[in-house]
Amino acid sequence: MPAPKLTEITTVACFFFIFLVPLAGAGLALMNVGLGRSRSAGHMMMASLCALAVAALAYFVCGFAWQGYIGSPAHFLSLSGKSWNWIATESFFFRKLSFDGSAVSLTALFQIFCVGLAALIPLGSGADRWRLRAICLSTGILATWTYPLFAHWVWGGGWLAQLGVNYGIGRGFLDVGGAGTIQVLGGLTALAITWILGPRRGKYSADGMAPAIPGHNAVLVLFGCMLALVGWIGLNCAGAILFTGGEASGAALIAINTLLAASASALTAAFITKIRFGKPDASLTANGWVGGLVAASASCAFVSPAEAVVIGSIAGVVVIFSVEWFELRMEVDDPGGSISVHAVAGIWGILALGVFGQYQRPVLNVAADSLPAATNGIASGQWLAQLIGVATLVGFVLPLTYGANRLINRFYPYRVSVEGERQGMDLHELGAGAYPEFVTHTDEFLPR
Amino acid sequence: MKAVGFLMLLSGWLLVLAAIVLFASISLRGPFVLAGIAVETLGLTLVFRSHLIPREEKG
Repeated sequence: MPAPKLTEITTVACFFFIFLVPLAGAGLALMNVGLGRSRSAGHMMMASLCALAVAALAYFVCGFAWQGYIGSPAHFLSLSGKSWNWIATESFFFRKLSFDGSAVSLTALFQIFCVGLAALIPLGSGADRWRLRAICLSTGILATWTYPLFAHWVWGGGWLAQLGVNYGIGRGFLDVGGAGTIQVLGGLTALAITWILGPRRGKYSADGMAPAIPGHNAVLVLFGCMLALVGWIGLNCAGAILFTGGEASGAALIAINTLLAASASALTAAFITKIRFGKPDASLTANGWVGGLVAASASCAFVSPAEAVVIGSIAGVVVIFSVEWFELRMEVDDPGGSISVHAVAGIWGILALGVFGQYQRPVLNVAADSLPAATNGIASGQWLAQLIGVATLVGFVLPLTYGANRLINRFYPYRVSVEGERQGMDLHELGAGAYPEFVTHTDEFLPR
Repeated sequence: MKAVGFLMLLSGWLLVLAAIVLFASISLRGPFVLAGIAVETLGLTLVFRSHLIPREEKG
C-alpha cells in the first residue's frame, strides 16, 4: 500500500509547520513551571528537557517501528472476515526510512516532536513530587508503547482509521491535530500518574478543606500560552496535511479555527471566573486557552470559524468546571490542570468533530488504494466513529498506562520522600534552586 | 474496588468492539456502543472512588 504523495509546495509548507511544533512543547513546559511551586521550578524545566530527550530516543529506537505510517507494513487480526490493522512492523532505529522529503520521512519528523509533546503533559500533574528518574522511566513507556500503539490505530492506517472502510462507520476515527493521540493520551497518563503519586502534602486537610496552592509565576504561564498557540497552529496544519490528505492552501482555515477556539475558550474561562470569584483568574484563563487549542485540534480542518468559536466556548466551560470537580470532589491533585485541559477538553474536541464536521474534500486517513469512493461522499456515523475512539482511550489506554506505571512504581517509587517534598525538588534532586537570587545569604549583612 | 473498576473499563471497551463486529447497521451499533461507554463510566466512577483519600491520611 503506497504512502500518500505530497506536492512540492505542500512538502515545503509541511516542513515549516512541523518546525513550529516544538514551540507547543516550550509553551507547555513554561506553563508547568509557572503553575508549580518556586522551589520546584528548575526541576520541572529539567524534567521537561529530560522527557523530550527520552521520548525522542525511545521513539527512535522502537516507537516509530510500532507506530508506522499510512500504508506501512503491519500485523493484522482477522475478525468476522475483516482485517484489523493493530500494530506496524517497520524496522527499529529508522533503518529503512529514507529522508528524502517524502510523506513518510515528514511523518517520522512530525511524530518525534508529537511524542515529546505528549510526554510533557503528565509533568504538570506530577509537579512538586515526581522524581526525575521516575519521569524518565514513565516517558520511556509512553514513547515506546502507549503512544505508538494508539497513534498507529489513528494515524498509521490502523483499525480505528479503517472503521469507515471496513464497517462503513463514517470516515473512520478522525483526529487532525492529535486531540486524541497526543492530548487525551497525555491527559489520561497524567490522571494515572496523579493516582499513583497521591496529592501534595497539605493539599487536603482532615476537615475536608482543599486549600489552593497557587502557581508561583503567572507571567511564565501566560507567555507559555502564547508560545503554545504558534506550536498548535503548526501541529494542526501539519497533521491535516499528513493524516487527512489536506493541501497547504487549507492552512489558513486551520490557523484561524485554532486561534478562534483558543480565544473563545480563554474569554469564556475569564468570564466564568470573574462571575464566580469576582476577578478573572489568570491560571484558569490560561488553562481555558490551552483547553481551546486542544479542543480545536481534532476538528480544525473540518469546521467553519463560527463552529470553532462554539467548540472553544464549550471547552472553556468544560475546563473550568472540570478543574474544580477533579480537585474538590475527586481529590485529584493536579497542579497544572493537565487532566482537565488535555484529557477532558480533548475528549470534547473529538466528539465535536462528530457533531460539527463537514467534509468538503476527500479525507485520506487510510491508504489511498484501500479507500472506496463512497467514503469520501456523504457517510453517516462519524459521531459513532468518534465515540469508539473515545471509548478506546478510556477503556484501553487508561488501564494500559495505569498498569504500566503502577508496575514501575512497585520497583522504583515515583514519589519523592517527605523530606524531599518539604525541601523542594530543586534542592533535593538537583542540588540548587532555580532562583538563587531569592536566597538571602547571611554574609550580605556583614559590615565590609 | 480499584481492580473491579479497571476490569469494567476493559469490559466496556470490549463491548464496544463487539458492537462493531456483531452488528451491521448504525441503529444497532449505536446503542451497544453507548452501553459499552456506560459500563466504562461505571468503571471510571469506581476507580475514582477507590482513589479518594481516607480521612485519617489527610493533612
